[in-house]
Amino acid sequence: MSFRTADGTVQAVRGLSFHIDAGQTLGIVGESGSGKSVSTQTIMGLTLGAQVSGRAIFEGQDLLTAGAAQMRAIRGAKIGMIFQDPLSSLHPYYRVGWQIIEMIRLHDHDISKADARKRAVELLKLVGIPQPETRVDDFPHQFSGGMRQRAMIAMAMALNPALLIADEPTTALDVTVQAQVLRVIRRMQEMFGTAVILITHDLGVIADVADEVLVMYGGEIMERADRRTLFAASHHPYTEGLLRSLPSYGGARERLRPIPGQPPSLLSPPPGCPFAPRCVYVMDRCRTEDPPLLPAGSEAGHISACWLPHDTAARAEVRRRVTESEPAQSPASPAGQVDAVDSAGA
Amino acid sequence: MSDVNPVPGAASDDEVLLRVENLVKYFPVRSAGLLGKREYVHAVDEVSMTVRRGQTFGIVGETGCGKSTLGRTIARLYDVTSGKITFDGKDITRLSQRRMRPLRREIQMIFQDPMGSLNPRRRVGSIIGDPFAIHGLASGAERRRRVQELMERVGLNPEHYNRFPAEFSGGQRQRIGVARAIAFRPKLIICDEPVSALDVSIQAQVINLLADLQAEFGLTYLFIAHDLSVVRHVSNTVAVMYLGKLTEIAPADDLFTTPRHPYTGALLSAVPVPDPDLSDQREQIILVGDVPSPIMPPSGCRFHPRCPKAAPVCVSEVPQLEPRLGDGPDHVAACHLPMAAGENLINFRPTIDELDRVVEADGSVLPGGAVSEGSKS
Repeated sequence: MSFRTADGTVQAVRGLSFHIDAGQTLGIVGESGSGKSVSTQTIMGLTLGAQVSGRAIFEGQDLLTAGAAQMRAIRGAKIGMIFQDPLSSLHPYYRVGWQIIEMIRLHDHDISKADARKRAVELLKLVGIPQPETRVDDFPHQFSGGMRQRAMIAMAMALNPALLIADEPTTALDVTVQAQVLRVIRRMQEMFGTAVILITHDLGVIADVADEVLVMYGGEIMERADRRTLFAASHHPYTEGLLRSLPSYGGARERLRPIPGQPPSLLSPPPGCPFAPRCVYVMDRCRTEDPPLLPAGSEAGHISACWLPHDTAARAEVRRRVTESEPAQSPASPAGQVDAVDSAGA
Repeated sequence: MSDVNPVPGAASDDEVLLRVENLVKYFPVRSAGLLGKREYVHAVDEVSMTVRRGQTFGIVGETGCGKSTLGRTIARLYDVTSGKITFDGKDITRLSQRRMRPLRREIQMIFQDPMGSLNPRRRVGSIIGDPFAIHGLASGAERRRRVQELMERVGLNPEHYNRFPAEFSGGQRQRIGVARAIAFRPKLIICDEPVSALDVSIQAQVINLLADLQAEFGLTYLFIAHDLSVVRHVSNTVAVMYLGKLTEIAPADDLFTTPRHPYTGALLSAVPVPDPDLSDQREQIILVGDVPSPIMPPSGCRFHPRCPKAAPVCVSEVPQLEPRLGDGPDHVAACHLPMAAGENLINFRPTIDELDRVVEADGSVLPGGAVSEGSKS
């Protein structure tokens, strides 16, 4: 899919394919501008004016060709959404409970007002809002950040959707509140068998909750693997770079190994692999041909878009060679290294 | 309060760059009625700490705990309500703006939002050159030369002197902020969430840059952040803040391996770990409820309404920051019932009755016991 902008056509997402089964959590991880949010917004028909090609089959129906009325019936009822900033997704002028009731009555025309209200209270209780019977009449500003996000979850889950799309649901929250919210999502998933697509930039959250993980960069999928494989035996150099740039949790404090350079512009994506300009393993072929997603390693379902050998042993050998030939990191020079790449990329 | 000086480590005076004693910062808020009592936000309450030269002192805490206010009060961007700040042997608590000015060169700040702290309509060269202009130290070609030197030092291309902030990426903008801060080789840089707005790969670049500059110029950092793994990585000493109070101060590794304060323990357990095996093994302690209002902070230990170990003494008595359970003078905690090494908070229930259950292990009932697995709707 692409957007027309004043500066040209932005190719926000290219060649994205994935599937998700009921009760599963698919994590999509990537940095700003990797296309991780825009891809799910497209599925939901929320990217007006975008040029989209492809298909998005949900319960046998193609969402990309569905009409506006059909999409309205699906949004909220069958696919729930949670966004990063709960304050901007809740209407400040209406009571929290009213907004949940409205949501329920919009899709369920038979339910009485009193029953919908009872259901709203039940939902707020379910997501851990204290004294839901009274808090249901609060305005959004009377809720704390974590409570607002939990109210959003209550609203998204009001009609037992088959799929919940959570776009950075905990990014604006503190760690202790984040733990609460993630637990509520997990609990709801266990209770209702909801499939969850969790979009985040936080690899820690991914390690905590995702079954399968998609790594996106420059609008493309770089790698897909189950959670364990991704963290223990990643194939793609971008995934490896992401994991290496995290401060280690415990253990010795080594110098961090950032990925040099800046993310690419999507206005004029380079012809080859989008990660090539920042990749330590880059080969001539990477700059001209975009590698396809092919099976990697020994785990089923592990795919990676990279020209490096897809056999585990051969990949490890390449990694060893490159790591050894890396200049010994002296504390004085690296800023200079980054400098060189920065100015080249800018 | 008696003359407590719960400063970890009796560091000698010339080792210490910054000493904060019983620092208090209240903000007045509008009172409820015409005759209502004037109320205050207790943003920073009786904070004492010592920052040594050439080291990094990390402050962690959640939104609204007062960590940014603490940093800004130390930089004298806010007036001090009470207490004492000694910087480089000088009492700067009550210095006038005019007398503070020469010291501004020595205390610099780096802010979270690089875009919000850079004027979008001014060119980068003139933004970084500001300190030279303000202090009248260099002008014309000389200023340009020094600015370009700085840009090069922080990993920016000096040819981009005439660009606007919008033409830089987030990481590069933060480098601009860093360049401006190090212009005069300050003694202390207060970094307020310097990397939280950046992507992981870029975040690591900026952290490394800060480390290089520290090694090169012997800088001292006060590093304020909410990301515990980042704070652990950069800091020598870490202080944990909750609702305006420091709850624990310890050498970074000690704090993460043997936290004494239950709040530290809960905070550490809530951090998602990028390691599936580790995150599967550990039992998360999930604090229930929200941080109380800093206008009416709870009595005694401010953490008691959410603490799994809360006992009557925690409600009635304010715990002091002091070494607990045989810790050295470097590791102090403000807790009546500190955690022993390896202790699991999940096994504790508060022995005060004024509240519902406060903490539960992952996998038990939801807050308030609202849901059991059977009550599916």
